[in-house]
Amino acid sequence: MTPTGTTRPATSAVKTISRGHHDAGANPLRVILRAFLTIWSVPKARIGVALLGVFVLLAVFAPVLAPYGATDNSFDRSEDMSAAHWLGTTAAGQDVLSQIIYGARVSVFVGFVAGLLSTIIAVLIGLSWGYLRGLAGDVINFIVNLFLVIPALPLMIVIAAYLQNGGIGMIVLVVVITGWAWGARVLRSQTQSLRSRDFVTAAVFSGESPARIVFREILPNMTSLIVGSFFGASTAAILAEAGLEFLGLGDSTTVSWGTMLFWAQNSNALLTGQWVLLFAPGLCISLLATSMSLINFGVDGLSNPRLREGAQR
Amino acid sequence: MRYLLGKVGLLLLTLWAAVTLNFLLPRLMPGSPADAAIAKLAQNGPVSPSTRAAIEAQLGVPTGSAWDQYLQYLNNVVRFDFGVSYTFFPQSVASLVGTALPWTLVLVGFVTIVAFVCGTLLGVLAAWKRGTWLDTLPTVGGTFASAFPYFWTALLLLFFLGYVAGWFPTSGAYGSAATPEFTGTFLLDALYHSILPATTILITSLGGWILGMRSTMINTLGDDYVTFAEANGLHPGTVAIRYAARNAILPNLTSFGLALGGVVGGSLLVERVFSYPGVGYLLYTAVVNQDFPLMQALFLIITISVLLANFIVDILYGILDPRTRR
Repeated sequence: MTPTGTTRPATSAVKTISRGHHDAGANPLRVILRAFLTIWSVPKARIGVALLGVFVLLAVFAPVLAPYGATDNSFDRSEDMSAAHWLGTTAAGQDVLSQIIYGARVSVFVGFVAGLLSTIIAVLIGLSWGYLRGLAGDVINFIVNLFLVIPALPLMIVIAAYLQNGGIGMIVLVVVITGWAWGARVLRSQTQSLRSRDFVTAAVFSGESPARIVFREILPNMTSLIVGSFFGASTAAILAEAGLEFLGLGDSTTVSWGTMLFWAQNSNALLTGQWVLLFAPGLCISLLATSMSLINFGVDGLSNPRLREGAQR
Repeated sequence: MRYLLGKVGLLLLTLWAAVTLNFLLPRLMPGSPADAAIAKLAQNGPVSPSTRAAIEAQLGVPTGSAWDQYLQYLNNVVRFDFGVSYTFFPQSVASLVGTALPWTLVLVGFVTIVAFVCGTLLGVLAAWKRGTWLDTLPTVGGTFASAFPYFWTALLLLFFLGYVAGWFPTSGAYGSAATPEFTGTFLLDALYHSILPATTILITSLGGWILGMRSTMINTLGDDYVTFAEANGLHPGTVAIRYAARNAILPNLTSFGLALGGVVGGSLLVERVFSYPGVGYLLYTAVVNQDFPLMQALFLIITISVLLANFIVDILYGILDPRTRR
């Protein structure tokens, strides 16, 4: 995500998109396929896409893939790895592997929903703020900077502490409140640099409304930044969700990677030597978060062919 | 001078906004802090109105109109009077925060500076040797490590180096026999206890600096003056450090302030894992016990510390880059 590099409006991906709303017959499927291929062409991003795919499949097909139910606690407690329980059992007698598989649901869901909501807010605020001038712009500037500077995790902890045991909905809310500002700032600076371009001036003179200029003319040029901030926000959301649940601030009866670590620490898995209980959920969180960061390496090429891998610097 | 005054003005405005946010937060949330304390008491039997009044008076629950409360609150903040802790009852919030703050400041401050310096150097190297293993290894490794949840790195280090290998102490900031004082033995003991938390923060935050520096450095390397310096036949090391890196470090410095918030947040989780007696562990204790005055004060202190650090970076930026002072 290099804000300086992505200022070329006339690119293939963007052309396809802007052609899209002139004839309604142009299929969005082809646009998505093309975007996918652009990302796929970058080796690092390819690994990311594959990893993310695995986790999404795990989440969707959890009931089929998991050997036991996620909350089934009818097994012996704190068992080591065995053929029946590949990753052992928890101190409450649940199958660890099944919990890991079901846990993917919460992380993928929170990452997707919170990432999407943060990005929508970031797009709305970032674009209108970049287009506005005068006092309104200054006020938004101050608010966004405030949200950027205030450390997010302590703010989340404080809000979550007031909204006692709110579950996943509460966590999504808290993550969105603290997570939109970064994307808004990146999108705003790009809007500012685009608004002085000739094609925007032309649109102004042809009498288009400001809303149409911002969302129809300027927005398509920022595809890669928007997709980039989505993955950035998702990564942050997944890590924040795990952190809050690890502190016991979510609903600790939900089966998720964060709560697994919470129970592992609180049932002294460290002392019993069940390192898998600590290792597996954390590894999954890291891998899921890494997959998104890796995809972001390929996103730069979406609206700027010069940034595609192998291009000259 | 105008630059400095502008920055000071902005700092004061941001401080005011943070203080006000801290005032509004508990009032926007459902329930009151005193209700939570009384709910705890109510588990043991009914609470009479007189007991309730006594608790409210003792815990310093504000009365009067919202505006009066706000003025009272501002007055208290200026005098560092944050009331009494619910959990550690007779102790004031201010004294609790005062004991915890130095541990976090030293730990996070020191590690952050080390991570910034190491990460920036590695980033310069990665950009300069673009495409070789010196680039791939730190970039991919950094991306992966910065996706580690702080508390997970902490748990792994604690388990493998603390419990299994037994090389490092597993909790606290100093041995149970020691008392905090400025002697060589105590400082060594504290240093020994801080190795694992410090390593955790270093591992997790290093990647961000490497990636940030690498991307600004690559942009700088494309500039004409770098090509010109190369064409002049200057030593490659001189071009990399004195021409490119010197200019590339400036944008990276602005993200220093913003990233600091993330590092501080992460260190809170790290302190929880290692039971390190800093601000993060105290915040955790406050949250678990629903100790709202302590929680609010800690949030305010953490925010103000990050704001001040940002302010210092801004000033430094102005000194390093004369263009911003215009």
